[in-house]
Amino acid sequence: MAMFLIRRIGHGILVLWLISVAVFALFFVAPSNVAQTLAGRQGTPETIALIKHRLGLDLPVWQQYLHFLGNAVKGNLGYDYYHQVPVTHIIGQALPITVSLALGAAVLWLALGVFNGVISATHPRSLADRGLTLFALFFYSFPSFLLGLLLLYFLYFRLTLSGFGWFPAGGYAPLAGGIGPWFQHLLLPWVALALLLAATYTRLTRGSMLDVLGEDYIRTARSKGIRESRVVVVHGLRSALTPVVTQFGIDLGQLIGGVVVTETVFSLPGLGQTAVTAINQQDLPVIIGIVLFASAAVVVANILVDIGYAVLDPRVRLH
Amino acid sequence: MALLQVRDLKVSFDTPDGTVRAVRGLSFDVEAGQTLAVVGESGSGKSVATQTITGLTRGAKVSGTAYFDGTDLITADQATLRRLRGAQIGMIFQDPLSSLHPQYRIGWQIVEMIRAHDLTISKQAARKRAAELLTLVGIPRAAERIDDYPHQFSGGMRQRVMIAMAMALDPALLIADEPTTALDVTVQAQVLNVMRRLQEQFGTAIILITHDLGVVAEMADEVVVMYAGAVMERAPRRDIFYRNHHPYTQGLLASLPARSEDRLTPIPGTPPSLISLPKGCPFAARCSHVFDKCSEPPPLTDVGGDPRHQSACWLPHDVNEAVAS
Ligand SMILES: Nc1ncnc2c1ncn2[C@@H]1O[C@H](COP(=O)(O)OP(=O)(O)OP(=O)(O)O)[C@@H](O)[C@H]1O
Ligand code: SF4
Ligand SMILES: [Mg+2]
Repeated sequence: MAMFLIRRIGHGILVLWLISVAVFALFFVAPSNVAQTLAGRQGTPETIALIKHRLGLDLPVWQQYLHFLGNAVKGNLGYDYYHQVPVTHIIGQALPITVSLALGAAVLWLALGVFNGVISATHPRSLADRGLTLFALFFYSFPSFLLGLLLLYFLYFRLTLSGFGWFPAGGYAPLAGGIGPWFQHLLLPWVALALLLAATYTRLTRGSMLDVLGEDYIRTARSKGIRESRVVVVHGLRSALTPVVTQFGIDLGQLIGGVVVTETVFSLPGLGQTAVTAINQQDLPVIIGIVLFASAAVVVANILVDIGYAVLDPRVRLH
Repeated sequence: MALLQVRDLKVSFDTPDGTVRAVRGLSFDVEAGQTLAVVGESGSGKSVATQTITGLTRGAKVSGTAYFDGTDLITADQATLRRLRGAQIGMIFQDPLSSLHPQYRIGWQIVEMIRAHDLTISKQAARKRAAELLTLVGIPRAAERIDDYPHQFSGGMRQRVMIAMAMALDPALLIADEPTTALDVTVQAQVLNVMRRLQEQFGTAIILITHDLGVVAEMADEVVVMYAGAVMERAPRRDIFYRNHHPYTQGLLASLPARSEDRLTPIPGTPPSLISLPKGCPFAARCSHVFDKCSEPPPLTDVGGDPRHQSACWLPHDVNEAVAS
């Protein structure tokens, strides 16, 4: 276990380092006009040069990188180009929003996917099975931004027009201000994000559950005279969850993409939206900060998923 | 009255290729405390028949009766069957490597079985019982190994665990579906020994499914020989080996290696399709004694001698004793 953690964390640091190099390189390959933008239209070459100097953009790229790296190791990700706010502060502001969105959606999509999958698998070829399969396929092939826009159109726009202002047009209400508004603001984004992935999980759980229910040890469980619901959940689902957990680890990366789109559609000022804005403004410290932070989150989550995998299946050894 | 009385059991499956008639009018009795061996080649319907009786066959058309201790298992509802399974009828299966749940400790699996039928037993008491059972089936250091997972045991040891679990509630009947087929010969003998010892201790009746006549010779009181879903011959063990009547029984015996260096002569040909069975004797295509009468289905009739001995073959009943030996 200790070896596993050391190895995986070492791995993760290597990955993060490579990503930081890549983002830096990409940024400097594309011509940058940050100083120009900051100086405004009337900015004289002198002002621009001054701004470049203050931002450190006049140094050679490798020096800029080393400077960044030296600070990053100490937990300082730099300051944004426009308002000189620490990037860690920007991330800290946006993080609760993204975490609320991602965790809520993950819970919803896992619950939906696993529940539907189990129903499908225990009633193969039934009306419920066919219905859920169709449902899954429908959302699987749906572009995520479109789903978000449709939800907004019907559940915000049309409902509000008809006098039912149940859902806001978007935006975020912090949890500190009460669970009600928080929930109201997040429900549609959760659904938009969850439906998309729930589809995959319905199919995955169904298939894995069907395989497991044909196993000898399920017959043994039935031969013991335990209740069928217990056979399905305690014996069947326990095994069928293993591939679901693996897939969950893989999808965490994908989730980031979904989060960016969903935050944009629902105007949630989370990490995704902040990153998009930063990219539009070529605000390198913010971009690199968020990219590194998100990558670190995925690395950590994947380690946790692998540990969860070993907890689920005693035959798995971590190494 | 017999502990289990099966009469005219029929089981068929509707498949895209047609109706598979896996069991066609099977009748047999199991007496309390006795061992009935069910033998026959692969696909003869042994597993389907026994699993149907215990309500474990899904998606099949079933008819006939199977009285167990006064209850007809064929018409009983799932709740009744569930209460009988495990408590009154224990089961062990062919492949010990896949029959235990890989993700639960063996002690947990035995305790689950005990507590499924009696919640008044505390977890600790059930666990203690589980450890006793594991000792009983010959698992060394049972008190420690009770918290091991199945993959930490060998095949033979896992089958012992299965036996311990199946016997946990002292069932009246144990159905053992090829319990030793997947094991090597020495382990096989040990596992059979454990079964026999527990049978003597608890007075359990056993249905022992096997295609190994060596196992039959060791264990059986009576024998049912199945072919293509029906009984070909039924007799006490001695008669199956020394006064058999049916050419299929003889074929099975000829394919049994008496000593390991003997060459075996398997029965030529393959069993008929269960979707389109021949009208007459199902064994006709492979039988060396076949004659014109065999185009009609032979009924299961007394052979003479022991009243428990019957055969489904048109060959004259007296002549055949000579043929057999
Ligand atoms: N669910 C099912 N659908 C269709 N056919 C089935 C089904 N289950 C069993 N069968 C068929 O029923 C026949 C009898 O099968 P069964 O498993 O009882 O044989 P067996 O005597 O136990 O053989 P073995 O020695 O290989 O275990 C086989 O031909 C099998 O293909
Ligand atoms: S009835 Fe005929 S074909 Fe069938 S076993 Fe007897 S002799 Fe052979
Ligand atoms: Mg079988």
